[in-house]
Parts: sequence; C-alpha cells; structure tokens
Amino acid sequence: MAQVSLRKIVKAYEGGVQAVKGIDLEIADHEFVVLVGPSGCGKSTTLRMIAGLEEITSGDIAIGGTVVNDIPPRDRDIAMVFQNYALYPHMSVYDNMAFGLMLRKFPKAEIDRRVKEAARILDITPLLDRKPKALSGGQRQRVAMGRAIVRDPKVFLFDEPLSNLDAKLRVQMRTEIKKVHQTVNTTTVYVTHDQVEAMTLADRVVVMNHGIIEQVGPPQELYHNPATKFVAGFIGSPSMNFIPAKLEQASGALRLQLPHDIVLDVPASRTARYQPHVGKNVLFGIRPEHLTDDKPTDKNNTVPLTLKPEVIEPMGMETLVHFKLDGTEVSARLDPATPASVGAPLSLIAHMDQMHLIDPTSDKVL
Amino acid sequence: MSATTNRDLPGIYHKAGSLRAERRWALWSAYASLSVAALIFLAPPFYMLITSLKTSGEIANMSGNPWIVREPTLENYWAILENPLFLKFFVNSAIVTACVVALTMVISVLAAFALARMRFWGSQVLATGVFLTYLVPDTLLFIPLYQIVGGLGLLNSVWGLILVYPTLTVPFCTWIMIGYFASIPKELDEAALIDGATWPQMLIKIFIPVALPGIIAATIFAFTVSWAAFVYPTAFVTTPDQMPLTIGVVSQLVRADTFAWGQIMAGALMAALPPVIIYAFLMDYYIAGLTAGATKG
Repeated sequence: MAQVSLRKIVKAYEGGVQAVKGIDLEIADHEFVVLVGPSGCGKSTTLRMIAGLEEITSGDIAIGGTVVNDIPPRDRDIAMVFQNYALYPHMSVYDNMAFGLMLRKFPKAEIDRRVKEAARILDITPLLDRKPKALSGGQRQRVAMGRAIVRDPKVFLFDEPLSNLDAKLRVQMRTEIKKVHQTVNTTTVYVTHDQVEAMTLADRVVVMNHGIIEQVGPPQELYHNPATKFVAGFIGSPSMNFIPAKLEQASGALRLQLPHDIVLDVPASRTARYQPHVGKNVLFGIRPEHLTDDKPTDKNNTVPLTLKPEVIEPMGMETLVHFKLDGTEVSARLDPATPASVGAPLSLIAHMDQMHLIDPTSDKVL
Repeated sequence: MSATTNRDLPGIYHKAGSLRAERRWALWSAYASLSVAALIFLAPPFYMLITSLKTSGEIANMSGNPWIVREPTLENYWAILENPLFLKFFVNSAIVTACVVALTMVISVLAAFALARMRFWGSQVLATGVFLTYLVPDTLLFIPLYQIVGGLGLLNSVWGLILVYPTLTVPFCTWIMIGYFASIPKELDEAALIDGATWPQMLIKIFIPVALPGIIAATIFAFTVSWAAFVYPTAFVTTPDQMPLTIGVVSQLVRADTFAWGQIMAGALMAALPPVIIYAFLMDYYIAGLTAGATKG
C-alpha cells in the first residue's frame, strides 16, 4: 500500500511532440483514482510512466515516498491490468496468476494459497486449469485481475481494462472491479476514456486533455462544478449544452439573452458571481437533465422556454429531444410520458440553479 | 405496380444462377493448374524411383518405355546399404546438420529477440542488414569463405562445413523469427516485465514457448538447407570420409567413368527421405510459422 506522487512529469517524444506536459498529481494511500480523457490526451502515457514502461523526460515519480524514475518495472512493486488482458497463452490460468510469484521465488505453499484466495475473490476457481484461449472475454479479464491481486502490490494500474468487453459485461465487470477494490483496498490508478466508468469507480477523477490535467476532484464535484468547458462537456452523458448568449443587467437582476429572443433570468444567488461579466458574450452551459419538460412541481429557479424538436429519441426511462438554436445543437431530457412530436412547439423549463457560464475566450467556467 | 415493372427492366436476374457455375469454373481451373504443377515437380523423383528399381542392364537398354520397370529389383538398395561409404556420408550429413541446426537456432532466436524487442540504436538497420546478407548467393560466398576456412585449417573437414553453413541458414531463420516475435503482442512482454521477469527469463519462459511454431518452421528450414547444401561441400571437402550425402552419392558412386545410375538414384532417394519425413509431420507448423509475421500485427 502506498501513495503515488507525480511531480512536473513531462513525456516528450523524438521530434519534440509532448504527450504529457508537466503534470502534478498526488494519489493518496488506498485511493482509487481514474485518469479520463479523449484518446491522445496523455492518460495512458502517464500510467505507463508510473509502471516504468515509458521513460520520463523530466520530473519525478514517487511510489510510497521512493522516487522510482530509474527503477525498472519489476522492482516498483506494482501490478498492471492491460486492455487486451496480456495473458500468457501457453500457461494455464493458475500458472498465469502464479508466474509473478514464482519469479519472485515465493514458497510453493504461499503461491498456492494466494492464487486460490484470488480465484475465490474473483469467482474463477473452476477455471484454474484452463488455458486463456478457452476463456471468454470477461473470464480473461478476471484472470488478468487475479494476476494483479496475487502479487499484493503497492499499486494497481489498470489500462482501459474494460474496453474490449461488450456493453453488458462492461457494466458487470465495473461493479466487480469496485468490489475487488473494496476488498483489497490497494491504491489504484485506472485509465479510461469512458466518463461513466470514471464517475462510477473513482474516489477522485483526473480529467486530462492535450497532455495537461484539466481538473481533479471527486466525481460529483466535477459534475456540479466543472472548472473548464472541456470538463463540463466531457463529464456527463449526453454532454452539456453550450449556447452562445449575452449577459445583461436588468433592473437589479441579471439575465441571459439567447438566440431567437429567448431571455433567461439568472438566479439571484449567482448575481454577485457573474456581476463582473455583465455585457460580455458568454457560453450558457446547461445539462440536458436540467432542461426538462414543464411540470408544475419544483419550479424554484426555473424559467420556461419553448422550442421545436428536430429529433426525438425515446430511451425507455426517459426521452431525449434534440433542438437547433441558431445552428447550436441543444438536447433536453424529458419524462417519457410527455407528448412530443417533431416540429411541434414544446414547453420546457431550464433549471437555472444548475446553469454554468463559460468565458468563450479562455474556456474557463465563470 | 411501377416497382414491379422497374425490377423486370434490367434483366440482371437471369444471371443469378451463374454463381454456382463460376465456383465450378474456379475449382476446375485450380485442379487443372495444380495437376500440371504436381506433374512437373513429381516427375524427377518418380523417374529416380523407377530407375532405382531397375537392373543396370535394363537402365542401359534404350529400347522400350523408360518410365516402366520390367524386372523390378531391390539390388541397388542392398548394394548401397552395404556400402560402408554411404553410411559414412549419412553419418557426416547427420552430424553437420544437427550441429548447424542447433547453432543456427541459438544464434537466430537470440538475434531475433534482440532485434524485434530490445529497441536499440541501429536495430532497424541491423534487421534489414541481416536479411540482405541472405540475398548474397552461396555460389559467390564460397570464394572468400574458402580463404577463411583454409586459414582456419578446416578445409576438408565436417567442422569447416559446420562453420560455413550458418551463413546460409542464420539470416533467413533470424528473419522468420523477427517476424514471429513481432507478431507477439507488446503487452505480453510488458506484463512479464511487471511480473518481475528479466530479459533472459522473458525470452525463455514467454517468447520461446509462445513462438514455438515459428521456431519449428525455422528449424525445418535450417535442416533442409544444411541437409541439401551442395556448393560448399563441393568446394571445401575433397576426401570421401568427410563428405556429406549430397556430394558423396554423386562423386563416389561413379566407378571410373561408369555411372552406377541405379545406385545413385537409390542413394539419392534415401538421402531425400529425412526431409520428406520431417515435412510430412511438421508441415502445418512450417506454414503457420512462415505466414505469422505476414498476417498479424
């Protein structure tokens, strides 16, 4: 068990391309941290640097207080689960899990105890004699996790472990990973491009983009208080609507002037925060779940507006409705019982206490 | 109604039954060309077999169809098996081939592992260089090699052959193994590195078992090349006691200027037997090994 510290980590490739541009991150003991971001954001490179599979161009990585920059992967006391499982095809499940312990010259009885314990936790005891090719994708992923667990390392590293699984199995394995972490409680760094995985698994989520960290925080904080437009758009599904607007003063209160002469009142609680930006063009950010059908309940801080749906997507538990507002795509989440049809005006309410304003030049949330 | 008339217009549906006919044509032409190829390749060994079963008199008799044996006999086989020289050739070939295969596999597996996996300065150029050396034919190489082998005092010795044959086998085997190792996912060595393996452990415990089909393919290649080598022994070996089968059979079974054709053919057929047996058993591995690098990652 150990904390992991990244200090001013840079990874530059030949030709000067920087994959990671000087990131700082402190991961506490027992913590489950998820690095999330689009492909090419540097999240996997960061994980591989922690593992020792990529050299660091500059900066320091410490595991359990020891700087490991020049320590080879085998001496870092880490275990890693790969996207394609990377099971040794010629070994049985048992040998796959025992391999790391055998190389470290553990006594036979101890190896046996640990492998069987891990197999019990992961529910793969009947598979121990099989070869990887005789396993399904989900079973292989369990074996890959078992290989990590038996080592009882200081840190678990997961590199997009669920990306090769089908949607249903992914949800199941996600729960499984969370359960395993609750059992073994090892410090975990987990890389994914899937924000749902990030939100559901993490104690803290690290959102990366273009080789920098955009924001670090618990899932709920990233959802409710994103720091940048990127985080606001990346976290949450479907993603947040961004509508160009102008912030105006109107007799003591603030209001937003949207396209099509739509005017939305800014709640009084936000007046002080937004006052310095009066008169500026901003992006009005609101999540589809905060743009809902006009129901009489809970009308605090809501404002009505009427739009004409372009596309209607019934999802069963909810209905997604897409509009166009001066070329900007806007989505809303409706109760499936609400009658909506393409082209017919639809009354909606915007929950303004959940609104965000973004400075379009700096992309920072105001 | 209009849809129906439109469908009738182009008349493409008349052709719908032709798929089966096309397939039949493809099959027929495949069989025809394969038969021609088989005929061309099998004619010489078949002629060898026919000749080896004839008496010297029948071989010398130019009348009649040479493809038919009138009085089949095994006397040529008995004669050659009782000839102590033939057994000596066989033993020489076996010693040379066993040593060359072992030497080749050790060198090429180690070289291929380094070139395919350990990224070091110049590894790409080196890998290409290894393959380029394969393109230099042995008919050119034997001249400078004669000087080198002579300088080492290994002329007219099976040990000289064991030294020079790897120039034929190592480049191609290394190339096959580079291709095979490259097809093994990178994550596998990374997992092994994290599991605590050193580079030699990774090679022995992961790469060699996983790449076994490739290793078998390379072994078969090295075996075939060194068993069938002709130019080098012709150039470097002069006395019968050091000769391998390939040159022994043709040079020593000639009495003055009389060719003992029946014995030569019987000897050649028996000499060709070991590679045939090996191919028959390991053909699948050979093909899998040769194509691995081409089709995967």
